[in-house]
Amino acid sequence: MAGEGTILLEWMGEAPMEGDLLERVRQQVETTFAIPTRVAAVNGSPADSLDPRRGQHSSTRILRWILTTLPPGVAKVLGITDVDLCIPVLTFVFGEAQVDGPAAVVSTARLRLTYDGRPASARLVEARLLKECLHELGHTFGLVHCPDVTCVMSRSNSVLDVDQKRAGFCRDCRQRLRALTEERDDP
Amino acid sequence: MKAKGSILVVDDEEIVRDSLARWLEEDGYQVDTAPDGQAALAKLAAQAYAILLVDLKMPGIDGLQVLAQARTLQPDAAIIIMTAYATVDTAVQAMKQGAYDYLVKPFEPEELSLMVGKLTNTQALRRENVLLRKALKRQCEFKDLVSKSPKMEAVFELARTAAKSNSTVLILGGSGTGKELLARAIHAESLRREGPFVGVSCAALTESLLESELFGHEKGAFTGAVGSARGKFEIAAGGTLFLDEIGDISPKLQLDLLRVLDAREFRRVGGSQVIKTDARIIAATNRDLKKLVDSGSFREDLYYRLNVIPVTLPPLRERKEDIPLLAEHFLAQFRTEMRKPLESLSGEALEMLMAYDWPGNVRELRNVLERGAVLARGPILTPLGLELGPPTLPPGAPTDTPDSLREVERRHIEVTLKQHNWNITRAAKALGIDRVTLYNKIKRYQIREDE
Ligand SMILES: Nc1ncnc2c1ncn2[C@@H]1O[C@H](COP(=O)(O)OP(=O)(O)O)[C@@H](O)[C@H]1O
Ligand SMILES: [Mg+2]
Ligand SMILES: [Zn+2]
Ligand SMILES: [Zn+2]
Repeated sequence: MAGEGTILLEWMGEAPMEGDLLERVRQQVETTFAIPTRVAAVNGSPADSLDPRRGQHSSTRILRWILTTLPPGVAKVLGITDVDLCIPVLTFVFGEAQVDGPAAVVSTARLRLTYDGRPASARLVEARLLKECLHELGHTFGLVHCPDVTCVMSRSNSVLDVDQKRAGFCRDCRQRLRALTEERDDP
Repeated sequence: MKAKGSILVVDDEEIVRDSLARWLEEDGYQVDTAPDGQAALAKLAAQAYAILLVDLKMPGIDGLQVLAQARTLQPDAAIIIMTAYATVDTAVQAMKQGAYDYLVKPFEPEELSLMVGKLTNTQALRRENVLLRKALKRQCEFKDLVSKSPKMEAVFELARTAAKSNSTVLILGGSGTGKELLARAIHAESLRREGPFVGVSCAALTESLLESELFGHEKGAFTGAVGSARGKFEIAAGGTLFLDEIGDISPKLQLDLLRVLDAREFRRVGGSQVIKTDARIIAATNRDLKKLVDSGSFREDLYYRLNVIPVTLPPLRERKEDIPLLAEHFLAQFRTEMRKPLESLSGEALEMLMAYDWPGNVRELRNVLERGAVLARGPILTPLGLELGPPTLPPGAPTDTPDSLREVERRHIEVTLKQHNWNITRAAKALGIDRVTLYNKIKRYQIREDE
């Protein structure tokens, strides 16, 4: 996987970047995918992503913006934001990714709250963020949703779903991921 | 990975199409999008979808119109209408018009996941059932004939055995049950497969024409016989002679035929030279030959000569399990012939075909589907394009004679041409028409010089 380039975790939140949290996530991502991974804060932000009526940001527009600012030598970029994300027809999304593409975005906004809206513990937030990062990056490597609810690739529609899954791929997804990355290595 | 069905997203807002498509792609669906009703209908005509997600309010052709068209183009696709709060009333109306459900924008991701998931599960289940049924009821084949009925399997078994021998085969069965196709299959499976397969329809010709057709004639054998011609018995040397509609031949020809079958030799009409024949005979009829023997209109000795290996094709109504298989088989043929993206029949259409009793058997089924395929505007054939039963004619109109008259005319012209070695002027004269008319008829009937 040497010629693959790196994975970039790009902080694009409104609050200052939480370096320690992101560093721990980075290490896990790097071990899981066996690809060099780095963290950086982004310069600038998409101007058109806010939907003023809903007070939420369009994940699709953020994704497009990430694509236009793709740094060279980077295989995958995962934007991490603290604003609440939505797509026009859905009330919210945790994140959005291009299946088998270079970009994904994930939001910490809902991951910071318990199911009934109270602040969640720092440990829980970190666990959730790691899972959603692995999930969205999994998409960019070509994985789709997994029916195994304990697999990190299962679709989460609430934090309860996120908490239910492990911070790792099930056997099927792991195999598929290996096949997908090997396919890329020797065409 | 198990391939999921594809979904068509129809919305005039680009960002909605893009984001929704990506959301569904993450679930592993194949997603296609259309920016308006017009484009959606074009897609529906070209490809089958499992689910349609359609925005209600669009300029031009709106969601309700797409819904109405989709119901006829792809009745098996589930349609989910997306609507803003203000138009919920219309969405309810959409449900009445056959939409599966509606979603009020913006909806919970959970809601969409559940709805789409439930739909694909039931659709997958339905598909698996069909596949399972197919696997359980295994299909049998004999050359170009397909079937999954035990009765037909027995027929194929017998035909395979018959193919290995040189014995005469008598194929019985209603019109359109596949007698000719079976005869060709037996030939193709036999050791004579490199030799010619020569067919003669004994019902379409007058006695004297049939006689010269079968045995050939010498120059001057009858008025207008300017040259000599070989008959089918000669042409079929080393191959198979298929005598179709054998129940319709005249007493004189019955006797002639009996002699040929006995002695394996004959003379051309007007000729004296004895010609040997080694053609393998396969005869067929849709008449009850035994009854014709009892009533004295068919020679008993000829009957026994022909009835060496009798094979009876059951009518289609006695093997309805073949209908879906044959339908699929023919659709696949039309798909290539017509270059149309035909995929299958709707559930309703299949039910209709299963309920009908098919007096014209497989041929009628093929004709109905062919017409349906021509008229089809999408990949799925619906009951609308399928017309069963005789075409409704105004009272007093002639029934099906025009077709058979045309057929008689075609064969008469063909034989006359041959008798005159394709000399158009002479043939036209013999037929009592002018050359231009004859040319036109040759073109219309697509008569060609060699068989
Ligand atoms: N078992 C079968 N499988 C596929 N096609 C069939 C089958 N039986 C009949 N057909 C088709 O149906 C039509 C009528 O068959 P044909 O052999 O001409 O019938 P018959 O000679 O009994 O009137 C033909 O187009 C033939 O190809
Ligand atoms: Mg026939
Ligand atoms: Zn996902
Ligand atoms: Zn999995």
